[in-house]
Amino acid sequence: MNKLKKPAHVLERTMHIIFLLCGLTAVLFVALTTVFLAISGIPAIHKIGIFKFLFGKVWASTAAEPLYGILPFITSSVYGTLGAIVIGVPIGLLCAIFLAKMSPRGLGGAVRNAVDLLAGIPSVVYGLVGMIIIVPLVREVFNLPDGASLFAAIIVLTVMILPSVISVSETAIRAVPKEYEEASLALGATKTETVFKVTVPAAKSGIASAIVLGIGRAIGEAMAVMMVSGNVANMPKLFGSVRFLTTAVASEMSYSSGLQRQALFSIALVLFIFVMLINGILNLIIKRGERNE
Amino acid sequence: MNDSIGRKRRVRCAVLNVLMYTAAGLICLLLLGLIGYIILRGVPHITWSFISTKPSLIKGTTGILPNILNTLYIIAITLILVLPLGVGAAVYLTEYAKNKRVVDLIGLATETLAGIPSIIYGLVGMLIFVQFFSLGTSLAAGALTLVIMTLPTVIRTTQESLKTVPASYREGSLALGSGKWHMIRTVVLPSAIDGIVTGCILSIGRIVGESAALLFTAGMANEIMGITDAIKPGNAGSSLTVALYMYAKERGQFDTAFAIAAILLVLTFIINLSAKLAAKYLKKGNE
Repeated sequence: MNKLKKPAHVLERTMHIIFLLCGLTAVLFVALTTVFLAISGIPAIHKIGIFKFLFGKVWASTAAEPLYGILPFITSSVYGTLGAIVIGVPIGLLCAIFLAKMSPRGLGGAVRNAVDLLAGIPSVVYGLVGMIIIVPLVREVFNLPDGASLFAAIIVLTVMILPSVISVSETAIRAVPKEYEEASLALGATKTETVFKVTVPAAKSGIASAIVLGIGRAIGEAMAVMMVSGNVANMPKLFGSVRFLTTAVASEMSYSSGLQRQALFSIALVLFIFVMLINGILNLIIKRGERNE
Repeated sequence: MNDSIGRKRRVRCAVLNVLMYTAAGLICLLLLGLIGYIILRGVPHITWSFISTKPSLIKGTTGILPNILNTLYIIAITLILVLPLGVGAAVYLTEYAKNKRVVDLIGLATETLAGIPSIIYGLVGMLIFVQFFSLGTSLAAGALTLVIMTLPTVIRTTQESLKTVPASYREGSLALGSGKWHMIRTVVLPSAIDGIVTGCILSIGRIVGESAALLFTAGMANEIMGITDAIKPGNAGSSLTVALYMYAKERGQFDTAFAIAAILLVLTFIINLSAKLAAKYLKKGNE
């Protein structure tokens, strides 16, 4: 009996360890990403000086006396993201409320399919359409020499964050207990009033995480922004050509060398820290939401 | 009923209702507009020679066969690596892990990976696979980068469907004397097949749509490769998305770019549809 049991026991132990290792790969990947980014990003920050790097207003990496200030990229990224949130969240939220509470059966399904499809469209396709439709349109309407601008980037980013904002807030709104609404309806509020004054406030932590998720999407988008923002390292102006943190990394990577290349990794490190902060906020919101329930 | 509420309230409700319908209508219009425009501009340029040849400077023709093949290779290599890892991790989290700290740590890591922008994956992939492991700019380096990127998707979908496997299945199997691994292999995993397939399809969707992570890892070459060349270090190749970007941004060949966009759109549609079908039918067979 013991002789039979032993190989089985070994097999069980082995499988346990194999599964544990699979589970730990995710941790390993996060550690590798952090370590590699830190190792390649910190030297340039050290050489340039952290204050000069973060708050320098001029990026002239290929000049005879190069300057590496990334404030233009940081502010462009922040403005672009804020713009997309300001336009995208109200539209997304209204659409989510419609899907969760107000839509007639067939129509709701159609809109939901549309949202899913929009979520799946590759970012370069958004970039291409932005380049061919939005950029010329911005140029015509606002009478500019070139339509590739922060404004065009905001429009494209708005469209790109809509699907995630909609689906996450819809889930949150659906999760609100029915009793809340029934109580409100019984007190004589109309359906619309109930949804806006009872359901939406009750779902606020889920909606907050939808917004933070949208921020994360917008700040991390590279290709579509690259195709519509003009890609000049200016301090941001709504109708001026700008460069985001993401596009700053991508646009010079292929021909960079030396300190310039190291500085690009530093930009990536700054972006990574931004994203980590956003993720941290998202986790806090979700944790607090769970505790409140 | 409506007579009993004041005029101001009624107006406010009506306005909110109109706004909601407008928002939902806007989303639909947006999608229809996008699809219509891309199909109109792209489809006329999709010909047999366009999808069955490689670009030729001498003949002045453009073909995207290399890009189609590269995309397929990257999908295949990535899935072969990420599926065992992701399913394994999900099995560990739901079936084995007893220590809450370890579960939390892995969960946190998975969420972190899901939130990292693809351009950062591109850079890290370049640092790790292209330079540190000296694979060079190659399909292999690109696929390995995408393994990191798609891992959270596979873990999450598998985990969710493992959670829905009733505990009685496991208990029944264990009571009949099977070992834990035997139980997982013969009872748990087959019941969770819907989650695994959905994870697979969602990963394919992410891989097909990915560009920023591939730009600096898989490269921009447009040569036709066999499957054996595809996994060799140093053999670069651009996927459909990267090719679209290059044609649109660097060369100004918008007709080609729109033709690729139309193909990508059709692929997105198919992937979405199959994800929905998989979730529906595989789940049903389960009950």
